Amino acid sequence: MNLLMIIRVAFRALVRNKMRAALTMLGIIIGVAAVIAMVSIGQGASASVQAQIESIGTNLLFVSAGAQNVGGVRSGTGDTGTNTMTVDDLDAIKREVPSVSMVTPNVNARSQLVAGNMNWNTGVTGVSEQYPEIRKWPVASGSFFTDADVRTAARVIVIGQTLADNLYPGQDPIGQDIRVMNLPFRVVGVMLRKGQDPQGRDQDDVAFAPYTTVQKKILGRDRIQIAFVSAISQDATYTAQSQITDLLRQRHKLTASEPDDFTVRNMTDVAEAANETSKTMTILLACIAGVSLLVGGIGIMNIMLVSVTERTREIGIRMAIGARSSAVRSQFLIESIVLSLMGGAIGIVLGVALSLAIPAFLGWPTLVSMMAIIGSVLFSGAVGIFFGYYPARKAASLDPIEALRYE
Amino acid sequence: MSTTVAVEPQFQPGLAVQVPEARPVIELDHIHKTYTMGDVEVHALRGVSLTIREGEFVAIMGASGSGKSTTMNILGCLDRPTRGTYILDGEDVSQMSKDERADIRCQKIGFVFQGFNLLSRTSALENVELPMLYLGVDAATRHQRALEALAAVGLSGREQNHPNQLSGGQQQRVAVARSLVNNPALILADEPTGNLDSRTSVEVMEIFQRLNRERGITLVLVTHEPDIAEYADRVIVFKDGKIKSDRPVEHRRNAAEELKNLPIIDDEDDEEE
Repeated sequence: MNLLMIIRVAFRALVRNKMRAALTMLGIIIGVAAVIAMVSIGQGASASVQAQIESIGTNLLFVSAGAQNVGGVRSGTGDTGTNTMTVDDLDAIKREVPSVSMVTPNVNARSQLVAGNMNWNTGVTGVSEQYPEIRKWPVASGSFFTDADVRTAARVIVIGQTLADNLYPGQDPIGQDIRVMNLPFRVVGVMLRKGQDPQGRDQDDVAFAPYTTVQKKILGRDRIQIAFVSAISQDATYTAQSQITDLLRQRHKLTASEPDDFTVRNMTDVAEAANETSKTMTILLACIAGVSLLVGGIGIMNIMLVSVTERTREIGIRMAIGARSSAVRSQFLIESIVLSLMGGAIGIVLGVALSLAIPAFLGWPTLVSMMAIIGSVLFSGAVGIFFGYYPARKAASLDPIEALRYE
Repeated sequence: MSTTVAVEPQFQPGLAVQVPEARPVIELDHIHKTYTMGDVEVHALRGVSLTIREGEFVAIMGASGSGKSTTMNILGCLDRPTRGTYILDGEDVSQMSKDERADIRCQKIGFVFQGFNLLSRTSALENVELPMLYLGVDAATRHQRALEALAAVGLSGREQNHPNQLSGGQQQRVAVARSLVNNPALILADEPTGNLDSRTSVEVMEIFQRLNRERGITLVLVTHEPDIAEYADRVIVFKDGKIKSDRPVEHRRNAAEELKNLPIIDDEDDEEE
């Protein structure tokens, strides 16, 4: 008797009891659907965090002036009162650190912007001409200012979409005048719309001017609190981090016992931390769902055991008319594998459907993971074999004489 | 073959039906069967020797505890003798393993039981196909042979009925068709009329007699009803684990003739239960 025959026999036996088969499968269906949906949610969250970090740039480093140490908790403050970092420091980083490709200061001045009869309060950020490239944030129209504008501290400004919408409703802002602290600036570009950040802040409520202009004309100070540095590649970020640290310590003439008076932070670390968090969440969700899959498997064993007892006479008949023990064992094993695999298949369909429906109904991003699908198939097959083996062995070990006598 | 010599003279004389040269299908030589129930040994069979030849229709009788069921289980290769040799269709099956016996049952033995023992929620056709499934017969042949077997027991047109849609007599005929379908060397019927009324019993016996006569199928029938045993051509009576008597039936009943004289209850189609 070949395998195909046994599969056919198993199928017929299942078809004879559709209701029971369906209820048994339900456990696996729910288990597999839950695993797929949960992993999709986890992966979706992970992917969206990842995408946000990618959009900032994983080869990005923050250098901020000052290093706070409050009861052992250290942080770079970027505090206005800290005057440890200068433009010369940044020039040195750009010049002397080989793993650094671009540098921009980031000096912020909160001010009221006036255009015609409209006005808007926002932060004007002083940056270098490399800012769009470092932040991977291009302009939507017009152009960013140039290094010549930076050198000459030109009164040019690039505004975010929110400003464009509020100051120039229905007009093209390029070439228009804008007043910052009563100084006239010319709008040369509008940044691409970026939307909200993960904390829900409007990232388009910004304006950029050459840092020289902001320092000299708005703030009247030449100290720098925060700078963005772009490493030549993601792999180079750690090298860049330590090289910048060494260089700044040297330039600030710090002895070995003195702490840093600046802080260098690495986007890769931030990305990895976020990744770890979402990975942990995914595993947690998958584990919870996995428990229901396990319970489904136990349900299969339960039903198969009941089924062996209930079908003792059938087993006796089959053995009497010439079924080998192995044929009976295979039949019951295949019945349980078919139950779990069919349950698995329906569970996959349901799980994928749920994963696709969740963004529409709950607004969470999901990402259907091929791994979760393959894993569920393998797991449900394994569940079928594992939980089907004992009942199958029990069926095969029956004595045909006893089994035929069973009422 | 001392057994053959010992048993043959008992049924040889006087019966024209017997073909002395016919090949033996069953040869039991000093079969013992002992069960151990806790500390007690139960001797179910104490040296049974017996030869049944091709084309014979043998009835086995005896009170309960006489050893007839044990003999039946051993003849059907469902059980193994503790001692002694059993040669079925030329093959020594007495020491075969569980799997070998399953194969022998599949190829050489057809079973008919008192309780019909059909698979429920399964059509008559599929029930009859079942033994061929375990023999590995291809689907088309299976279908063809099952249809033929059902036709041979007069159940054409009932192929798709499930057992609960058939009367007791019809169910037993499905069981007979199932036992036939692998062309076994032997059909073993264990109280086949035990659950049937008298007319239906005669109908089943008619099928057995016809199969025995027309196809030369060897039949062994276990029964405790003397009048049912008279449809066979030889009766073996067991007592206390031994053969008490083994003789030909003198006035053999003819089921086909009797059926003609019995009032026809035409409603066999209606469920009897």
